[in-house]
Amino acid sequence: MRRLVCALAAAVLAAGPACAVLPSEQLHDPKLEARARHVGEELRCVVCQNETIDESDAPLAHDLRVILRQRLLAGDTDRQAIDYIVARYGHFVLLKPPFEAQTLLLWLGPFLVLGVGAVGLGLMARAAARSSEETAPLTAEEAVLLRRRLEGEDAP
Amino acid sequence: MTPEIGQLALSLALMLALVQAGALLVGAWRVDPSLMAVGRTAAGLQLAFVALAFVCLAACYVDGDYSVQLVAEHSNRAQPLIYRIGATWGSHEGSMLLWVLILSVYGCAVALFGGSLRETLQARVVGVQGVVGAAFIGFLIFTSNPFVRLWPAPPDGAELNPILQDPGLVFHPPVLYLGYVGLSIAFSFAIAALLEGRVDANWGRWVRPWVLAAWIFLTVGITMGSVWSYYTLGWGGWWFWDPVENASLMPWLLATALLHSCLVLEKRGALVSWTLLLAILTFSMSLVGTFLVRSGVLTSVHAFAIDAQRGVYILGIIAVLTGLALGLYAWRAPALKTGSLFGLVSKEYAITVNNLFLAAATATVFLGTFYPVFAETFNGDKISVGPPYYNLTFAPIFMLLFVVVSFGPMLNWKRDEGAALLRRLRSPALAAAAALVLAILIFGVRHAMAAIGFALGAWLVAGAGVVLARRWRLGEGARADRLRRIRTTPLAVWGLVFAHAGLGVTTLGITAMAGWQANLVTTMIAGQRVVISGKHVTLTGVRTVQGPNYEASQAAFQVDTLAGPRVMVSERRLFPASQTTTTQAAINVGLFGNVYISIGEQSANGGLVVRMWNHPLVDFIWGGAFLMAFGGAVSLADRRLRVAVVRRARRPAASPAPVLP
Amino acid sequence: MRRLVFLAPVVVFAGVMVAFALGLGHDPSVLPSTLIGKPVPAFSLPPVRPGDGGLASPQLASGGGPRLLNAFASWCVACRVEHPLLLGLKAQGVPIDGLDWKDKSADAEKYLTQQGDPYQRVGNDESGRAGIDLGVAGVPETFVVDGHGRVRYKQVGPITPDDWTRTIQPLMERLRRE
Repeated sequence: MRRLVCALAAAVLAAGPACAVLPSEQLHDPKLEARARHVGEELRCVVCQNETIDESDAPLAHDLRVILRQRLLAGDTDRQAIDYIVARYGHFVLLKPPFEAQTLLLWLGPFLVLGVGAVGLGLMARAAARSSEETAPLTAEEAVLLRRRLEGEDAP
Repeated sequence: MTPEIGQLALSLALMLALVQAGALLVGAWRVDPSLMAVGRTAAGLQLAFVALAFVCLAACYVDGDYSVQLVAEHSNRAQPLIYRIGATWGSHEGSMLLWVLILSVYGCAVALFGGSLRETLQARVVGVQGVVGAAFIGFLIFTSNPFVRLWPAPPDGAELNPILQDPGLVFHPPVLYLGYVGLSIAFSFAIAALLEGRVDANWGRWVRPWVLAAWIFLTVGITMGSVWSYYTLGWGGWWFWDPVENASLMPWLLATALLHSCLVLEKRGALVSWTLLLAILTFSMSLVGTFLVRSGVLTSVHAFAIDAQRGVYILGIIAVLTGLALGLYAWRAPALKTGSLFGLVSKEYAITVNNLFLAAATATVFLGTFYPVFAETFNGDKISVGPPYYNLTFAPIFMLLFVVVSFGPMLNWKRDEGAALLRRLRSPALAAAAALVLAILIFGVRHAMAAIGFALGAWLVAGAGVVLARRWRLGEGARADRLRRIRTTPLAVWGLVFAHAGLGVTTLGITAMAGWQANLVTTMIAGQRVVISGKHVTLTGVRTVQGPNYEASQAAFQVDTLAGPRVMVSERRLFPASQTTTTQAAINVGLFGNVYISIGEQSANGGLVVRMWNHPLVDFIWGGAFLMAFGGAVSLADRRLRVAVVRRARRPAASPAPVLP
Repeated sequence: MRRLVFLAPVVVFAGVMVAFALGLGHDPSVLPSTLIGKPVPAFSLPPVRPGDGGLASPQLASGGGPRLLNAFASWCVACRVEHPLLLGLKAQGVPIDGLDWKDKSADAEKYLTQQGDPYQRVGNDESGRAGIDLGVAGVPETFVVDGHGRVRYKQVGPITPDDWTRTIQPLMERLRRE
């Protein structure tokens, strides 16, 4: 469906057809071209909303790829080239959102969950360690279960 | 006439779903067998009417009844029959009808095959299914009626989105929904248990096969979707972190956690309230996914036609279903008997750690998917969250998880010894170290991350192998004994081995794709030869061909592989009815990787724009995933899961008899 | 304490539901402008109408009241929907300048001859660079530029009569008094 959205956008927006990275766009310097591809993969196409400008068929994405390469040729760092586009289309184009106050929960959330869970697990292990000091002998039920398991019915 | 029959059937199904829910829940509460019998019958009839409605819609598509709006919008006469049938679920309304149909199938299955469950528990499970069913049939009827007529009827229909005219459409959605919706059973079981105030090892035994079945379908469904996007999108991506993909990944992650925690509950009676919570959340994630796809709250490449009213309705359903479930949980779960404790070095503990990582991974995907909504709602900020975010958060969490995966099966229940454990894991550790060193030697320190990925893959595969080795004790006893041990390996063990090894295989594929993909974009003329990753590719010719409802420019390539030259054909198809172009990539599948070619426009001077990739080990990604699903199926087929049921069911049980399908 | 742990899921869930409900009202495909409060970026464009002066950014800051800068193109379907409204605004005396985005000037000239010409000045931005500097993602988009040449508002997509009376007109009134 991605392609359909693009095709529609292209039909509405395009004078001429364009398609992902074109041979004519590529820079002669392979190192610089590799950088351009890499930066392009971190920027979101604003027309085809869920593609990077590197993959997008939209004419605007083509323009942005060309601009990106012009900036790199002019000696911009990756960061400067990205900022150039952000200045025009906003933070929305960054597929990697900046780490700032507003995205704190986004970046730290996963590790917060891990941390809280780890504390829970630690408490669990401590409780078990305490109770195992006073472990009772097997109950009759457990003994039956144990015998059955030992007879080869055991589970993985 | 057919659409009206379908419409009527749908309305009757709504009534029956309400009867099913009411009779079963009240019947279970009053312990009234006749009322519960009424409810079970209603569940059967509800399935019959939903199926009738579905058949009616499919018939409209097959007949080409363009007086039905949905049919007119999503099919035309030129479309091949198979895609007219597939188009039944190629639209929002149709896919929702399929969703409801599968829900009814599951509900009816519990009503039919759950005969040896505790009767009130069974009644409550099927009753909750009825509640969910009524909510979604109502959603269909009130916001998304598939049977709306057009007047006057157009002579021919528009076209099903050409991208969907692919075998993928025929298989991917039904299988995926079998997974998604199958998780409703776990949800219903959790609610039923909370209503009964009683959860024991048997409950885990009853739920696990349902979760396992849904998990298998979900795994296969997601994998098929990934393969489909790989060959159809023209640049060989296999996963995009698109909201809709995430919507299927979140239930999968939680279902995987649930499978394992059910095991602990079943074998050891522990993790009771956690398992209930997981069961509720897993299906809730399916619901959230449905909301996400159909409400327009996020832009996604997959999103259906956006309609805020539908969004509000589904949000209402989620608020009520999940809200009540979690409320019930907060009220009843604290009173449940807590399970037995287990030590730090035990299988239970390893599985709990696995659950923690899976839950954190789910939280990551959830945050990444919905943070843009939250940010815009609360600060008015437009932000995007894309692959770089997941590489920095999801990937490390999963790498930690992979370390634990090989520990689990090596551990004994309840209590084990650390030193002995490490001894058992010596060979997987050696395999991982060897893979690490080898990868660094071959590819250099620059690719250290990829080398770690390789090591983890090796660790997982070897870890799975050691499970068998330990069981067979190949060094001990007489030959006959060893053979007996090999022969009597339970299917459940095989299932585990396949599933964990599959995870390792997938990891190898993902790592190779992330580390060593090669790409070439160029203009070629016929006869020209280029080299990609050491392979010679020649453009042999370009021609135009006529398809059933499209026109294609076709380029033939020859690639020289170790097994001799291969012909590859790549197409660009133009569908005149919708003026849409699709790409059919040419893919040369090899054990160690694919050569992938998609073509673009032909330029004025006769040159053809060609994009070419070398995708190392990409097929491992899906091969491993199918291996995981196969492991699940093998485990599901374990005779102890089925035979034990029959044996116990026959016994006039004093204790509640477990049952499995 | 133990009870609280069990309450946590339902509380978190309620928060998520509230966020979803609020989020439903937003259109995720509309991007806000990064230029609000900032001067219009520098550009100087050749004319669409032969013998006309084209459009250059300093002209937008030539004192006087606020004006509209409308990005359009002859190939754009939505622009045709918006066009009658622009002609109506011109009749009311609202100053509008046109930026003909990614378009051939001959096509645009024909378009304006056929559909009517609501613009005081029109510049042809064939390469699209001026539009990109303005953050145009598609046409039509319309900027409200104040008397000092600063962007104050951006409308994405065609202006509806509702957008005009509820948002843009009141804003322009306010800017006129500034």
